[in-house]
Amino acid sequence: MQSQATYNYNVVRQFSIMTVVWGVVGMLVGVIVAAQLVWPQLNLNEWLHFGRLRPLHTNGVIFAFGGCALFATSYFCVQRTCHTPLFAPWLASFTFWGWQAVIVLAVITLPLGLTTGKEYAELEWPIDILIAAVWVSYAVVFFGTIAKRKTSHIYVANWFFGGFILTVALLHIVNSAALPVTLTKSYSAYAGVQDAMVQWWYGHNAVGFFLTAGFLGMMYYFVPKQAERPVYSYRLSVVHFWALIFTYMWAGPHHLHYTALPDWTQSVGMIFSLILLAPSWGGMINGVMTLSGAWHKLRTDPILKFLITALSFYGMSTFEGPMMSIKTVNALSHYTDWTIGHVHSGALGWVAMISIGSMYYLIPRMYGKTQMYSVGLINAHFWIATIGIVLYIASMWIAGVMQGLMWRATNPDGTLTYSFVESVKASYPFWTIRLLGGVMFLTGMLIMFYNMVRTMAGEKAYEAPVVAPAAAHA
Amino acid sequence: MDINDLRSLITVLCLACFVGICVWAYSRSARAGFDEAARLPFTDDDAPALAGGRHSKEG
Repeated sequence: MQSQATYNYNVVRQFSIMTVVWGVVGMLVGVIVAAQLVWPQLNLNEWLHFGRLRPLHTNGVIFAFGGCALFATSYFCVQRTCHTPLFAPWLASFTFWGWQAVIVLAVITLPLGLTTGKEYAELEWPIDILIAAVWVSYAVVFFGTIAKRKTSHIYVANWFFGGFILTVALLHIVNSAALPVTLTKSYSAYAGVQDAMVQWWYGHNAVGFFLTAGFLGMMYYFVPKQAERPVYSYRLSVVHFWALIFTYMWAGPHHLHYTALPDWTQSVGMIFSLILLAPSWGGMINGVMTLSGAWHKLRTDPILKFLITALSFYGMSTFEGPMMSIKTVNALSHYTDWTIGHVHSGALGWVAMISIGSMYYLIPRMYGKTQMYSVGLINAHFWIATIGIVLYIASMWIAGVMQGLMWRATNPDGTLTYSFVESVKASYPFWTIRLLGGVMFLTGMLIMFYNMVRTMAGEKAYEAPVVAPAAAHA
Repeated sequence: MDINDLRSLITVLCLACFVGICVWAYSRSARAGFDEAARLPFTDDDAPALAGGRHSKEG
């Protein structure tokens, strides 16, 4: 047994642990900025005020928490479904340390106010170069592993992970093109409305490929594994993969409705966003229906509860998104808290819950076990997180629609009925409920952290032997 | 032919490509391969007790 080749679990383990750690950190910053909206005196000084902490929150939860979860699960899935250890293990190790360095640099530079001002691409150019280096290495490791696979097929989850890796490389490199002036200051390579369009082409595809395709890859591996049944329809997975690839790239202009962007471009963005409903729901239906004939497992298995609830939120937010991209709806929803509610129904409901479910599958296996220290605590985490999300998104929906209606209300003589600050005052109760929802979600993450530490306590890292594909058919 | 003809052509080619993928995915010949691919997550059991393996010293 000692001489047998083993999978590279080391890098998967490192990324899994950091997923939970960065999840706690990123969501804690989220709770702090939510509290700052309720109690403005919490904006202590220039480094810790809302404007600088908010990008730290978004970078922390998307790229640190979500990113580590994607690295961990894609490295695990590609090795096991290709029946071969990772290609270039030293490069895989570089992706781990490089990615952690990017996150630490973000934690330092964003509170200092060093930013490009591009949403979800705030980091300055030296960090952007490091991100590009890490990402290209990630692509080499991932596709190198696929190239040396021992199976004839490439499992569909790997298609999603591969699409996500390639597209994010393209998006990041194009959108981050800039002219450096000093070490900490650069100007975008694009100007005016082109800059805005490139930014939201990037921004929406970060949603489409980072937060959707990548996590669908996770779904296509961990839902079948945990349900112990193959995916409902493999051909549907192929069709909706290509539909997503061909459509997502065009949806970005819906972030720029009623701006200087040409009207026809806005309409194209809106139409493609509406079309996206079909492939998105294809993925949701495929995931949920994988459980058909095994619904009873939902009653007893809290990991499946996380995965299936994630798919439900995915279906909900991918219905809401196309609706909000319709210009007349957008005229009401844009710049209000409705958008924040929509984002969090996707980010907490879909992205975080599918990641958490996958991590509960992955973490014990990294230590030679099949179950976390406490299944009861997974169940507790599930319920506290679900109630937290519902409080969060319901309060933001109400606040958002209310803000939109107040801002557009006019008196018979054409003057505005409400001043802006009146809408702020009316939002306070809902911001308080949102804070409560966020605190509940963070509490769930702290429970997960405790459960992870107890699972790891006294255990040694586990190295799993590489299994020949033929052996399983016996 | 100006650049906009090329842009239209690429859009049409992408659509044709996607329709082709749909036809292929729903054709009878793709079925056996899909069934085999769908079983890939189950061709190795990652339950540590069954798979053997070892605990490394690094902890």
